[in-house]
Amino acid sequence: MSYLSPMHLSEEELILHYYGEDAGSLPEERHLDQCAQCRALYASIKRVLNAADCLPAPARDPEYGARVWQRIESRIPARRRWWARPETWRAVGAAAAFAALLVAAFLAGRLYPTAHRPAPADSIADRQTGERVLRVAVGDFLERSQLVLIELNNANPASKLDISAERERAAGLVGENRLYRQSAVHIGNAAMAGVLDDLERVLVDISHAPAQLSPADVESLQQRLESAGILFKIRVLGTNVRNRQETAAERSAGRQKL
Amino acid sequence: MVTRARVGDADAFRALVERHSRSVFRLAFRMTGNEQDAEDVVQESMLRAYKQLAKFDQRACFSTWLYRIATNCALDLLRSRKRRTQDPAAASGRRDGEAEEPATAVASQDPNPERVALSGEVRERLTAAMDELSAVERTAFVLRHFEGMGIEDISRALACQPGAAKHSVFRAVQKLRRALEPVVSAAR
Repeated sequence: MSYLSPMHLSEEELILHYYGEDAGSLPEERHLDQCAQCRALYASIKRVLNAADCLPAPARDPEYGARVWQRIESRIPARRRWWARPETWRAVGAAAAFAALLVAAFLAGRLYPTAHRPAPADSIADRQTGERVLRVAVGDFLERSQLVLIELNNANPASKLDISAERERAAGLVGENRLYRQSAVHIGNAAMAGVLDDLERVLVDISHAPAQLSPADVESLQQRLESAGILFKIRVLGTNVRNRQETAAERSAGRQKL
Repeated sequence: MVTRARVGDADAFRALVERHSRSVFRLAFRMTGNEQDAEDVVQESMLRAYKQLAKFDQRACFSTWLYRIATNCALDLLRSRKRRTQDPAAASGRRDGEAEEPATAVASQDPNPERVALSGEVRERLTAAMDELSAVERTAFVLRHFEGMGIEDISRALACQPGAAKHSVFRAVQKLRRALEPVVSAAR
């Protein structure tokens, strides 16, 4: 009830009361019981609002949604296959650049005259550079892989699931994963190679799974993800990769200042 | 389904369109009062939803989010169009193969000819009175009265303060009362 008009309830207060916006206020109820004037006003509001329920709305049959889809389908941007998505090509570009770097490093090592071979300190520097490049590429790759796994991990196990989109994405990630795993082995980063090895098995499983999963299949896949602890491992590796990238960037910035 | 639609799965989005189109149409019709406009709002809402799916917070309810988009589409339409004077019958005209929902008759417990005529008059006056509301008043009233939204949600849908949303509902009810009270009292 308004403190400015303690005698009667305002029309606004009665409208709020009708819609229950006053949380069933007792003072309003009590006042309506005792005040014929407010009761009459409230009855009038109720009559009009009850009558408003008769505002007609043409019904639509159950097929209406399908017709709406037909009308808008041509205006929906076509779903792109994994190989047609820009991020796929970015990843392929990064992978190709990294592969070219490894080949160049390998050939340089083989062809460079022994007398001119770099000092051990330079070899370490080369390996560090290779690792930095790998970390950048793997960081992005892990994020994309994680998205696929999270979607499957969060799916409702009580219903059937169409994973054709996830299958396509997993298949696209398998080749990339193999390349990064081999590179990690090459530069001697066993921890990264181990996680990528686990991830590769999971991605291969997903890419070979049927497009339609039964509730039991969904549950089994989620159990597989859980038992492999792959999401946790990816997160840890991703965090390490990011931290080392940041540390390297800070060091580089520090050297430039000096 | 929403997760799959978000990553570009058109089949998943199709299922969402099929599931929510009817309720969006009902909301759009009550906001626009015109069947063709409501159809346009449904289509535009679905297209906007598809484009904005990446922004959808998956912790939220998809239908509430879609309703907000539909409300904005209908508001845009109401604001942009010049109020058309139209035959109420045309506004609820049917398309081929689509059934008309029986309107709830006022005082339908006793459908004698006099009462039926009065309830018809109530509907006509109501339709005319709704057309006289401003776009914001009409939207606020439809969301409060027909969709059962609270004032906070209405203010979010209208992108205004709760106080402003509340006053839009008040103004709408006051205008409807002025237009309907005489005929509703007679129908009692």
